[in-house]
Amino acid sequence: MAARLVVSRWRAAPAAAGRGPLLSCRRWSGAKADTLYDVVVSGGGLVGTAMACALGHDIHFSDKKILLLEAGPKKVWEKLPETYSNRVSSISPGSATLLSSFGAWDHICNMRYRAFWRMQVWDACSEALIMFDKDNLDDMGYIVENDVIMRALTKQLEAASDRVTVLYRSRAVGYTWPYPFTMADSSPWVHITLGDGSTLQTKLLIGADGHNSGVRQAAGIQNVSWSYDQSAVVATLHLSEATENNVAWQRFLPSGPIALLPLSDTLSSLVWSTSHEHAAELVGMDEEKFVDTVNSAFWSDANHTDLIDAAGSLLQSAVGFLKPTKVSARQMPPSVARVDAKSRVLFPLGLGHAAEYVRPRLALIGDAAHRVHPLAGQGVNMGFGDVSSLVRHLSAAAFNGKDLGSMSHLTGYETDRQRHNTALLAATDLLKRLYSTRAAPLVLLRTWGLQATNAVSPLKEQIIAFASK
Amino acid sequence: EWVSEPFCWGSFAGGTGKEVDPFTVWGARKLSSCGNRFVGGLRSRCWGTQAEGARLSSSAENQFSWTPQTNLWVFSEYSMMWFKSYRITFACLSRMKIYRYPWTRLYGTSQTTVDSTEIKTFVALAHRWWDEQGVYAPLHSMNDLRVPFIRDNLLKAVAHHQPGKPLSGMKILDVGCGGGLLTEPLGRLGASVIGIDPVDENIKTAQHHKSFDPVLEKRIEYRACSLEEIVEETAETFDAVVASEVIEHVIDLETFIQCCYQVLKCGGSLFITTINKTQLSYALGIVFAEQIAGIVPKGTHTWEKFVSPEKLESILESNGLSVHTVAGMLYNPFSGYWHWSENTSLNYAAHAVKSMGQEPPVPAGFVFTGKTEELHDKDSINPSVQEELKK
Repeated sequence: MAARLVVSRWRAAPAAAGRGPLLSCRRWSGAKADTLYDVVVSGGGLVGTAMACALGHDIHFSDKKILLLEAGPKKVWEKLPETYSNRVSSISPGSATLLSSFGAWDHICNMRYRAFWRMQVWDACSEALIMFDKDNLDDMGYIVENDVIMRALTKQLEAASDRVTVLYRSRAVGYTWPYPFTMADSSPWVHITLGDGSTLQTKLLIGADGHNSGVRQAAGIQNVSWSYDQSAVVATLHLSEATENNVAWQRFLPSGPIALLPLSDTLSSLVWSTSHEHAAELVGMDEEKFVDTVNSAFWSDANHTDLIDAAGSLLQSAVGFLKPTKVSARQMPPSVARVDAKSRVLFPLGLGHAAEYVRPRLALIGDAAHRVHPLAGQGVNMGFGDVSSLVRHLSAAAFNGKDLGSMSHLTGYETDRQRHNTALLAATDLLKRLYSTRAAPLVLLRTWGLQATNAVSPLKEQIIAFASK
Repeated sequence: EWVSEPFCWGSFAGGTGKEVDPFTVWGARKLSSCGNRFVGGLRSRCWGTQAEGARLSSSAENQFSWTPQTNLWVFSEYSMMWFKSYRITFACLSRMKIYRYPWTRLYGTSQTTVDSTEIKTFVALAHRWWDEQGVYAPLHSMNDLRVPFIRDNLLKAVAHHQPGKPLSGMKILDVGCGGGLLTEPLGRLGASVIGIDPVDENIKTAQHHKSFDPVLEKRIEYRACSLEEIVEETAETFDAVVASEVIEHVIDLETFIQCCYQVLKCGGSLFITTINKTQLSYALGIVFAEQIAGIVPKGTHTWEKFVSPEKLESILESNGLSVHTVAGMLYNPFSGYWHWSENTSLNYAAHAVKSMGQEPPVPAGFVFTGKTEELHDKDSINPSVQEELKK
């Protein structure tokens, strides 16, 4: 009778997988013929592929078997296209270090990227601004197209193909979790069932399958999330005239922040977070009108009020009195001439944070663990930070002969990253809410706050250091 | 009925959107892991109540027809667990009597190093070895010190090692391996390990645990025997012998060390971790750890058998093993982690190397007659024998 129940539920599982969340079922004697992998990374996006790559190139993983599961088809990369892609990421120096640790950064350098060494962030409702730059004009970050990063990662993945296997068009439909301790005949490994019915076992499952993570749902990990009533519009813009273009610009409009990120001397990428209706309008409007809207969003002072301007200049003169040497005059971003056809796309924004990043034999990285507003350009950097930390912990564990799925080092990774990510998530959410309003008291608060922060260099340095990790 | 247990958990996951399977067990255990040693009993109670709570909340949506029976099943298999553990203890106790005899029959008045009274405590806990938050949690976290200690000292003697399998090509003997807590990491690092333990149940647990991992199955071999029983067949075959948390349980330390010497290759390493015999170790190691805090199961250690590093060093040196390192270890019961320390008054680790080209203090045959005075008498060995051995 027991066996019949197993079989009936097992048959029900693939059918049920079509609707609702992934089922998590129990098996009481794992088929030992399934391949046993040391690590399975579920999700082949930027963060998942980086994870598989980093493990594949890690010296202490030389005799381990790693598998990357990707639901999409294998992309065949030909020559790099002339036109820039509209999805770009701001890569922090810390992420660049990670990418160069397994040789992907060299490929990116051989393709294309843009370094920027200054960032200007200013308010639409006042004159307040903050300028970030490193002392010796070091690179603050790099703007790289997501496609370029994926190409570089895939190349390095192929270089480690003796340790890392990639399964394309594979979607996991069921997971079976082990007991926290050995029990009778139950298998201690995680069992994964794929869409085509095949099963595999693994000592550690890493969930990198995005903010709607199936792995996280199957494990029943609580996720704190809410959607912002905002969508982000991205586009590739042509500047009116060629400039040095190594400054990143961001202006906080009451409807949401608009950012201009340098791609080349004549091209920049736009990321404009605004309400759903406005975003749809922007994507739909004709090119000339769109260009005008973008320019006026950066240049117009329509939202200024006399009160705030007066208060702002009051503080500014006080600061100027105390620190006469530092003068931050507001610079204007380059004006936009036209937009690339078909490069305007929108996607919804939200916040998400998993209550736990790890469980026995399970770890979450990237958007599966945390989802953030793009205003600080930190989303993929947090993901790469997760990869960095987890690889460090796993490498040390492998060198100590530990069971890779053991909680002792997984909790080390969780503590490490939750501390950093929670702070960043909270700060980003706070900034988003603070800058979404036109109410005078809050505008005053943020004006003075921004000006004060701009005046205190050590504080700015701390912010840069935190965001660069 | 034993196999029905998994289904109880599985039914919740299958029927509802809420996953309530082993992670409720996990949740209960996580709650208690902080004060685990102090509230050990609470854990088992939590397990029961979590199951109750979960069942109540999900029963409405549960579509499986045998729901009403799950109440009984969960409870019954909970009590099954207890019965099973008692059954194991019972079976072992009855088997123990038979177990003791083979030694006396084979070796007559031989000295064995296994203390039969010690065996009782370990038998009762044989199935708890691999619970990382259970009674053996301190031993699990001690791996963070012992494995690097063994690995790094062995790698010093090697010119280059294979990345990923630094200890490959090495043969290691793990004496008193228990459930295989230290044997498995050494196996994962590439070494061929033989783990021996006098307690049959421990070997069974260890065999069972490694059976799931094909890599370990090939590299590790377990045998239920004592060290003396394998000395003859494995003389001079091991690159390293590991006796971790063992020498405080043996009857005759001198004989034990000699056996270790005999199975080691020339230049091979002996790794020992044990507890010092000091007032502090009595106060903290026995009174606090066993009786008050329950960090170590009651009756595990007897203070009289603790060995001080000076005594250990003298025994090692007089038996042809030169001591390279003695380092203190400290356990933090709040964090659950071990640390290296200058202070050896509680736990310590020692690394000794079998000196190259030196004759053994006494030929192998004498070991089992129990004449301990002869073992120290190196001068009695014939100079011609010495010459022969040096070749």
